[in-house]
Amino acid sequence: MRLFRRPLSRRRRALVCQQAVALVTDYLDGALSRADRDRFEAHIADCPHCRTYFEQIRTTIALTGQVRPDYLDPQAQDDLIALYRQWRAG
Amino acid sequence: MRRRSGRPYADRVTAADEVGLLDRLRAGDEQAFVTLVRQHHPALVRLASTYVPNRDVAEEVVQEAWLGVVRGIEKFEGRSSLKTWLYRIVVNRARSAGVREHRETPADLSGPRDPSERFGSDGGWVDPPVPWTDQVDDRLTAVSLVDRLRTCLDRLPDVQRQVVTLRDIDGLTPGETCTVLGISEANQRVLLHRGRARLRGWLDVEMREG
Repeated sequence: MRLFRRPLSRRRRALVCQQAVALVTDYLDGALSRADRDRFEAHIADCPHCRTYFEQIRTTIALTGQVRPDYLDPQAQDDLIALYRQWRAG
Repeated sequence: MRRRSGRPYADRVTAADEVGLLDRLRAGDEQAFVTLVRQHHPALVRLASTYVPNRDVAEEVVQEAWLGVVRGIEKFEGRSSLKTWLYRIVVNRARSAGVREHRETPADLSGPRDPSERFGSDGGWVDPPVPWTDQVDDRLTAVSLVDRLRTCLDRLPDVQRQVVTLRDIDGLTPGETCTVLGISEANQRVLLHRGRARLRGWLDVEMREG
């Protein structure tokens, strides 16, 4: 029985775009099962739209990584050092 | 920019540096304290800001947290990284301060979906994405997009902003992010997914219109 079912279920389980997009973060985090990873990669290889989307998400992540927090306010640093000295002395 | 080169800046501190710093901090070395403050204070204030109404309160919260760190350094056993421990202390204090200051927290943990991601009944794209990542290789474009992202981050729902900031800017692992925010791995990924999708959507508008 299993041998007959297998190709059918594999066909049924091919991803549509909406599912591929939903899996992008899990894929990048390595959180997908081997089977889902294969399905995701197969979809991305076949679908130019989802490939474009995937590239844009990766670029978004890389650009977000370049957002720096504000510089350390020298006054804040001085206050902290003063607090530290107070605590050490106390 | 080279596309895959955007490693989060905070990754530069190695585990060996961290152990050395901890030993010096335990020994009461003021310079070690200053080094830690320089490395982490701005990011900690940014994290605290997502819980409290304004920057002054965030600075106060982080200042209190630093005192907690120097007082508690003897008890720090190194089971988590120093960074995770620091972030966790700040989140705990910021949460209590946020409750005190009655900051509204959104009921919807996940936030709205990105409007540019729409799919038909067959699961295919209604309005397929138009390629633009090649243009980002131009340095000036990248700089202006990073500026744009800084503003967009502030417009994300708080929890999405927290997860995206910890993961994609501060460089925490999924596990560390869950520990710091006290959320499940699954929740962490949904929030990260939604947050990144919104940011991509805003960049998409920028690239299509600009």
